[in-house]
Amino acid sequence: MNYIALKMLMGDRGKYLGIVMGLTFASLIMTQQPAIFVGLMARSFSFISDVGLPDIWVMDPKVQFVDDIKPLQDTELYRVRGVEGVDWAMPLYKGMIKARLYDGTFQTCNVTGLDDTTLIGGPPVMLKGKLEDLRRSDGVIVDIDGARDKLAKKPATSGGKPVPLDIGDTLELNDRRAVVVGIAKNTRTFQSQPIIYTTYSRAMLYAPRERKLLSFVLVKAKPGEDIARLVQRIRDSTGLAAYTQDEFKTLTVNYFLKNTGIPINFGISVLLGFIVGAAIAGQTFYNFTLENLRQFGVLKAMGTSNWVLLRMILLQAVLVGSIGYGMGVGLTALFGYAMRNTILAFKFPWQLLVFSATGVTLIVAFAALISIRKVIKLEPAVVFKG
Amino acid sequence: MTTPELAVKCRQLVKTYDTGDQKITALQGIDLDIHMGELMMLVGPSGCGKTTLISIIAGILDQDSGQCDVFGVDWLHLSSKDKLLFRAQNIGFVFQAYNLLPTLTAAENVAVPLIINGVKRQLAVRKAAELLEKVGLGKRAESLPSQLSGGQQQRVAIARSLVHNPRLIVCDEPTSALDHQTGIHVIELLKSVAVTSDRALIIVTHDARIFDYADRIAKMDDGHIDSVAVVTQHSQFNKEVEDVT
Ligand SMILES: Nc1ncnc2c1ncn2[C@@H]1O[C@H](COP(=O)(O)OP(=O)(O)O)[C@@H](O)[C@H]1O
Ligand SMILES: [Mg+2]
Repeated sequence: MNYIALKMLMGDRGKYLGIVMGLTFASLIMTQQPAIFVGLMARSFSFISDVGLPDIWVMDPKVQFVDDIKPLQDTELYRVRGVEGVDWAMPLYKGMIKARLYDGTFQTCNVTGLDDTTLIGGPPVMLKGKLEDLRRSDGVIVDIDGARDKLAKKPATSGGKPVPLDIGDTLELNDRRAVVVGIAKNTRTFQSQPIIYTTYSRAMLYAPRERKLLSFVLVKAKPGEDIARLVQRIRDSTGLAAYTQDEFKTLTVNYFLKNTGIPINFGISVLLGFIVGAAIAGQTFYNFTLENLRQFGVLKAMGTSNWVLLRMILLQAVLVGSIGYGMGVGLTALFGYAMRNTILAFKFPWQLLVFSATGVTLIVAFAALISIRKVIKLEPAVVFKG
Repeated sequence: MTTPELAVKCRQLVKTYDTGDQKITALQGIDLDIHMGELMMLVGPSGCGKTTLISIIAGILDQDSGQCDVFGVDWLHLSSKDKLLFRAQNIGFVFQAYNLLPTLTAAENVAVPLIINGVKRQLAVRKAAELLEKVGLGKRAESLPSQLSGGQQQRVAIARSLVHNPRLIVCDEPTSALDHQTGIHVIELLKSVAVTSDRALIIVTHDARIFDYADRIAKMDDGHIDSVAVVTQHSQFNKEVEDVT
């Protein structure tokens, strides 16, 4: 009977394709949109990932996410260093500083100041120059996207292409000279400003005069130290906020989830995909059953049980569901692959496979259910009706 | 015993349809016997209850009261599971509109009753193809119903009604959708391959051209059996029935 069920379904090309395409659409939307969403959300904490090395981030207790800078007294660094179980603790400056470009225009930049001796917290990838070059006088490292775009020099000839900022070029940060000594590649963040790396002490000079300038204290635990316990000890003894790397990422993501319209926008897209997919696929599947009602009636009259008919419909549903799901997920993967070198955010963790599988299953189960109901209630005597 | 074994025995069969706003009594006490080896035709004006009667006989509709034994078993006494099994094994169906599964080939369509009875598909289709040979469609086993003429489709349907070797075949207006010549071919086919001594056929029809092929004809009117006549002098009976309808 399985064979009959499959032939019944696939023999009706038009409907079969309609159902599969509806499900493909639903599955595509339910995978691709969340993948973009997850990609975007991951950008909120890519600075934390890029810094990478430290186990624990220490900051002002009022900080809500990674770009929400509430500076600390410099002395806090020494208090953290004094906590038992801390292997090392380094200062990190993060802040917005106006840069004066060649042509006299200003551009706000996202400046990161790294501990002078260890340079911990540097960019993940150096494209030109070395991180150590920061030790040269007035040295700064600029990210490639900023160098090519917002910090680029005027075209040599009018109408030509802007010239990317390169090693040896100079900028002015807060009236102080800065020389580009390296070009880095950063993971994209929500911020569109150019990213500039320099040493902590030089950042203090570039930054506007303020009483407190220390943004974060980065902590590495001693080998074998229980990180959660150490976090608690730091909190207790300094009164500051301390988070593990993952906790700080979660804090940041949650802030964006709660305080921006992003989740709602994507939620609506996904819901629409689900509804449209359910409407097309569900409706076509149900129509398919309705059109075949007479055939089901004939099978019933000839002695096929409701149980067997139910299994036939389920099989049809599982088949179109699997194909639609597979195509949708496949298209999403293709999409992600095609977009891998663009500005578009895209992340495809396995949880999304489960998510869209659940969505497609719901649609298919619903379509199968109303169809099965119809077939089970069908009186076999209809076969003799004209 | 000279009387042949009874295939169908109906006594005081009553069936009322309740459509909500009105009750239609389609059968008002039917008494009817159908013998093994016989071809019984059921005739009568439209709406007199013919389809209702064969639906009950075929076990796809329950009567309100009265008795309907098929091979000594009353449908009402069977569990729904046993009913399905009994239908699957003992009843063959032929419909006015053929009712073939449009996406299955002729041979696969014919194989359906065997598959329902648990026969493996390959074997069922092989048997079906043999039977198609018998109804003169050996070369069309792989055709889809849409590629066949009406008469050919009905021959496929007849093969389907026979393939599992059922003891009772019910046909509702099997020739009504066909032209004269094709209709005659179909009834001749039924008469020659379907009628055997261990099987009974009941054919609902208002097609006077095929009355000659019946062994007996039951005339129905308004939920009753008016008369049951043995067909001996064909032409004379034809006239008589034509007057009635
Ligand atoms: N499912 C049904 N619901 C209500 N009335 C029905 C139904 N089936 C048949 N009838 C009525 O029962 C009577 C007998 O119908 P039917 O057995 O189909 O007659 P025939 O086959 O002789 O034309 C008709 O009046 C018809 O309208
Ligand atoms: Mg009728």
